[in-house]
Amino acid sequence: MIGFGLSVVLTAIPFWLVMSGVLGSNQATALAIIAFAVVQIVVHMIFFLHMSPRSEDGWTMMALIFTLVMVLITLAGSLWVMYHLNTNMMPSHDMSQLP
Amino acid sequence: MEIPIFHLADEHEHADGSSTMLGFWLYLMSDCLIFACLFATYGVLGGSFAAGPSPKDLFDLPLVAVNTSMLLLSSITYGFAVLAMDKDRTGQMQAWLAVTALFGAAFIGIELFEFAHMIHEGATPQRSAFLSSFFTLVGTHGLHVTVGLIWLGTLMVQVARIGLTAANKRRLMCLSMFWHFLDVVWIGVFTFVYLMGVLR
Repeated sequence: MIGFGLSVVLTAIPFWLVMSGVLGSNQATALAIIAFAVVQIVVHMIFFLHMSPRSEDGWTMMALIFTLVMVLITLAGSLWVMYHLNTNMMPSHDMSQLP
Repeated sequence: MEIPIFHLADEHEHADGSSTMLGFWLYLMSDCLIFACLFATYGVLGGSFAAGPSPKDLFDLPLVAVNTSMLLLSSITYGFAVLAMDKDRTGQMQAWLAVTALFGAAFIGIELFEFAHMIHEGATPQRSAFLSSFFTLVGTHGLHVTVGLIWLGTLMVQVARIGLTAANKRRLMCLSMFWHFLDVVWIGVFTFVYLMGVLR
């Protein structure tokens, strides 16, 4: 039940933050909702999925940590590589050639 | 000379179904990697609008909030179903499972309505890289939920026919993990796709 209450609150707040624009800067709002998402995922893991270092002699935790490392590499790697690729491959603008 | 022995002379016995939960968890982790790739793709392509509609033009946040609460409520009702299952209260469990199915179906219905509206407005998956990656990511999640609903229906029929056997309980626990996992992925989707999309 605690998990339920926490989830509802942790979902409502990010939606409210974005829809009311209360925090002013977009960057601050973005950081805030990401923080809320992380916390809510942890809440889900503990309260709904019953994640614990003890389940299956620690093997579920081991599998989860490994997967999270893979996910981080995939996300960070893709974003980093593609950003640099786009920047370095950007055609230079010769304004006289534009129609 | 000693002949090397590569197998154990006496494999100790495993209880039936004792490794099912860990095995399913490992499958779930691989599913997580699929979603990671789709998220990464959306991360790279999500800003490429090709002079077409952008998130701000398309996303109806109040509707997404309703959708999110459908899925969240379905996770909670599934939790109640498992609690009833643990007490062997089959009738109560089936009732909670039915409610879960209704919330899940509502989620899919709303999502399909949203997709239909977007396509009607010309925001098709072919319109831009942003839309291709959006439909792939959110669509794959929706497909997972749909399969989960079919699985849920199947289990409800199985329990009605042969009762709450140990095997059925294991299957219900596996579906439980699957269902909560989908809610976890949705947290990522609504945060990074919908909320951040509007903030861009």
